[in-house]
Amino acid sequence: MPSQLLSRRDLEFLLYEWLDVERLTSRDRYADHDRSTFDAVLELSEQIATDHFAPHNKLSDAREPTFDGERVRQIPEIKKAMEVFSGAGLLGAGLDAEHGGMQLPYAVGSAGFAWFQAANVATSAYPMLTLGNVNLLMAHGSPEQIDKFARPMVEGRFMGTMCLSEPQAGSSLTDITTRAEPQDDGTHRLTGTKMWISAGDHELSENIVHLVLAKIPGGPPGVKGISLFIVPKYLVTEDGALGERNDVVLAGLNHKMGYRGTTNTLLNFGEGVHTPGGRPGAVGYLVGEPHRGLAYMFTMMNEARIGVGAGATALGYTGYLKSLEYARRRPQGRPVAGKDPATPQVPIIEHADVRRMLLAQKSYVEGAMGLVLLCASLADDAATAPTEEERARAGLLLDTLTPIVKSWPSQWCLEANSLAIQVHGGYGYTRDYDVEQHYRDNRLNPIHEGTHGVQAMDLLGRKVVAGGGAGLAALTERIGETVERAGKAGGELAGHGAALQAAVTRITEVTAALWAPMDVEAALANASVYLEAVGHTVIAWIWLEQALIAAAAPPDAFYSGKLQAARYFFRWELPRTGPQLDLLASADRTTLDMRADWF
Amino acid sequence: MNIVVLVKQVPDTESPRKLKSDDSTLDRAAADGVINELDEYAIEEALKIKEAHGGEVTVLTMGPAKATDSIRKALAMGADKAVHLVDDGLAGSDALQTSYAIQQALGRTGFDIVILGSESTDARTGVLAAMLSERLGVPQITLANKVEIDGSAIKAQRVTDYGYDRVEATLPAVVSVVEKINEPRYPSFKGIMAAKKKPVETLGLGDAGIDAAQVGLANAATEVVDFADAPARAQGQIVTDEGDGGAKIAEFLASKKFV
Ligand SMILES: Cc1cc2nc3c(=O)[nH]c(=O)nc-3n(C[C@H](O)[C@H](O)[C@H](O)COP(=O)(O)OP(=O)(O)OC[C@H]3O[C@@H](n4cnc5c(N)ncnc54)[C@H](O)[C@@H]3O)c2cc1C
Ligand SMILES: Cc1cc2nc3c(=O)[nH]c(=O)nc-3n(C[C@H](O)[C@H](O)[C@H](O)COP(=O)(O)OP(=O)(O)OC[C@H]3O[C@@H](n4cnc5c(N)ncnc54)[C@H](O)[C@@H]3O)c2cc1C
Repeated sequence: MPSQLLSRRDLEFLLYEWLDVERLTSRDRYADHDRSTFDAVLELSEQIATDHFAPHNKLSDAREPTFDGERVRQIPEIKKAMEVFSGAGLLGAGLDAEHGGMQLPYAVGSAGFAWFQAANVATSAYPMLTLGNVNLLMAHGSPEQIDKFARPMVEGRFMGTMCLSEPQAGSSLTDITTRAEPQDDGTHRLTGTKMWISAGDHELSENIVHLVLAKIPGGPPGVKGISLFIVPKYLVTEDGALGERNDVVLAGLNHKMGYRGTTNTLLNFGEGVHTPGGRPGAVGYLVGEPHRGLAYMFTMMNEARIGVGAGATALGYTGYLKSLEYARRRPQGRPVAGKDPATPQVPIIEHADVRRMLLAQKSYVEGAMGLVLLCASLADDAATAPTEEERARAGLLLDTLTPIVKSWPSQWCLEANSLAIQVHGGYGYTRDYDVEQHYRDNRLNPIHEGTHGVQAMDLLGRKVVAGGGAGLAALTERIGETVERAGKAGGELAGHGAALQAAVTRITEVTAALWAPMDVEAALANASVYLEAVGHTVIAWIWLEQALIAAAAPPDAFYSGKLQAARYFFRWELPRTGPQLDLLASADRTTLDMRADWF
Repeated sequence: MNIVVLVKQVPDTESPRKLKSDDSTLDRAAADGVINELDEYAIEEALKIKEAHGGEVTVLTMGPAKATDSIRKALAMGADKAVHLVDDGLAGSDALQTSYAIQQALGRTGFDIVILGSESTDARTGVLAAMLSERLGVPQITLANKVEIDGSAIKAQRVTDYGYDRVEATLPAVVSVVEKINEPRYPSFKGIMAAKKKPVETLGLGDAGIDAAQVGLANAATEVVDFADAPARAQGQIVTDEGDGGAKIAEFLASKKFV
């Protein structure tokens, strides 16, 4: 039976037939690779995800981590999975060779990692956070910091976290209050409280490397006064051994709706529970220059947001495959045209309405996977395309797509999970099946790594207006090229192309109209509607790209399925953008004029 | 120590297997090829012996061109080099012929130990170790779930219906393993990259000194006369537990002579 985590066939279609990642091997950075190494990594990922991540997905949900005041306790399967994962050398897959990496293209790495996210999104959060931490240190840390902290993470001995949020400061990082006092020896001492820190404490690794945003007293106000620090759970001595316990402690675990296998923590820094060097205060090491912490964090933002979109997509994908399998096996009801009770019931996939739910899911998850891998491949191009101009073009398009690749899968692959439950009927609502957990897990994705609303303001307030509109133009030009190819292909695809072009033209007009009055408040009031309209248009584009390839291939069930899903998206989904763009064009003030005391 | 591990590519057991109607051989093109599961244990054991006693692990595969995928994987797990016996003339060979062809290829690689899985998931004859040992004139240790090398002695536990036998032989020897022997490692990403640079020698009939008249479907000693699809699984028997569920299960097991 084919995997119910992801479709290997679809990943191959997207990577090789569409994005042509093999072309990357002509670049120096990837010269050691070829299709066989890409395939081997994908296969290895599928295998380890299937053998060591999927089997404890339900168990780690049912038996969430506990804290006895001393230690965090978790089911042992999580640690075993991490050992196998790092033993296979997957954490360093994309890193530079000089840092012990294998220089795998990010697009291939993202497809490989999606297997782990589909199998067990909570356990896969540990390597994902650790890798984000490592990437940041590689980019901005000193050689000594890389040796001391990043290398042991690549080897799987340490793990990492990202400590941004505080109880009173989530979306608004300007308002963080964690302080970092400079010391005579060049280190800092941190005091403050961080909230929601994923993987903030556990017994899965020898040490935990926290990357912490904090303010150095006397610095500039707001986000320009935020610096980045390494705060290890255990200090590390010159020769790399574990030293004193640092003054960072777990205050408590958060009990969540999903992602339960990932510990989520409230951490206290500098409370004096431990006294490294004989006094209280969490020892921290400044990364890079003072006051540039948020800027450093944001250099890794595109990748982090692609990663969240990929997780949302993977959960949507596995839910889709499971509900598809269920629909093939569940006999219920008879065809509307022949209801003779003497005839056997038919599998529910025979009902058009069930196929509607499956098609919707297919179009969401395969469309989202396309967007995720496209963005990952743009990240590769932004770093390694042969000319400066190509790199800049890829980077600009990626910047524009980033809020969409984070938010669209978070919204619509969650909807896919809801439909997967619906296909399962009453059984989908029970814990005997997997889909209710996928829905709960996926519900996080519109919240963390910048909420849906924050992404919407980023897209409309920053990305599309960047460079005097160059951000939006980068997108519309690329879509225009696809529309042109669709026109040449003729027939149905030309029709799709025309519909897509109409939506894109409308978006350009509406964007200009929204900003014409130069009224930020009014322009951004309906930003979420804008994000959703542009998001659906972008996915329609991804589907047209996929359909163009499918139409040119020798017909079989796989390609016919692609064409039908594209058809579904153009007939059922793209038209949703019409009323959304009408609403935006009307400069609607309903939400703006509503007052708090009218509720 | 010169360790040769025999690796066969078989159709993925996850996909349905079919025999071809024209020549009654397995339709290998229809399914994804994977390493025969028991051979992964053989590879692991070979690597362990090498890690403990030094030497070199050579993968020996007889099979069509696409079997290179499986060879790469074995190399990615850590084997040092490979010999791929590939020739249209070998297609359709039965177990007797296969053991002859492999004997010839082993003549080129030499060996101190030949390790293989105790059977393959496609043909399931389970006779290759015995045939090879006969042809090579060396001892065979089959169905091993534990192997120890001590100088030129090899000691093993051989799985039986009642437990295991302790057996001992002198090297060189042929050893077939069962899945209880170890837990095969995954290839590592570094291993995957390294595998690309490891030597794979491709041998045709002539290179290996194989007499074309002794191999291939036309010359096989055995013939598949007829075949049929396995019957669809019948509906199971549902027993309602009315407080006597345990007794009913015992009754059922007794009726099938399981207890
Ligand atoms: C399971 C989980 C794991 C997490 N892991 C981490 C982690 O590892 N590290 C870390 O640093 N953080 C982590 N977070 C924190 C996460 O990033 C924050 O929850 C998120 O940034 C939102 O902040 P908040 O919860 O304070 O909500 P708030 O910022 O209070 O937002 C509440 C609502 O108000 C809206 N809102 C807020 N400000 C505005 C505005 N200016 N304009 C319009 N709407 C606004 C938001 O969109 C949201 O809908 C995690 C959170 C969860 C739930
Ligand atoms: C928490 C809970 C409480 C419940 N309480 C009760 C109760 O108190 N009493 C009681 O009697 N029942 C109860 N139910 C059962 C509930 O009414 C059924 O789950 C519901 O009728 C759906 O049936 P099913 O689960 O068998 O799904 P199925 O009928 O198998 O449906 C699966 C999917 O196939 C679709 N489908 C099925 N047939 C067709 C068709 N002919 N055409 C198109 N689509 C079709 C459905 O729309 C659904 O999406 C409860 C269920 C739950 C989850």
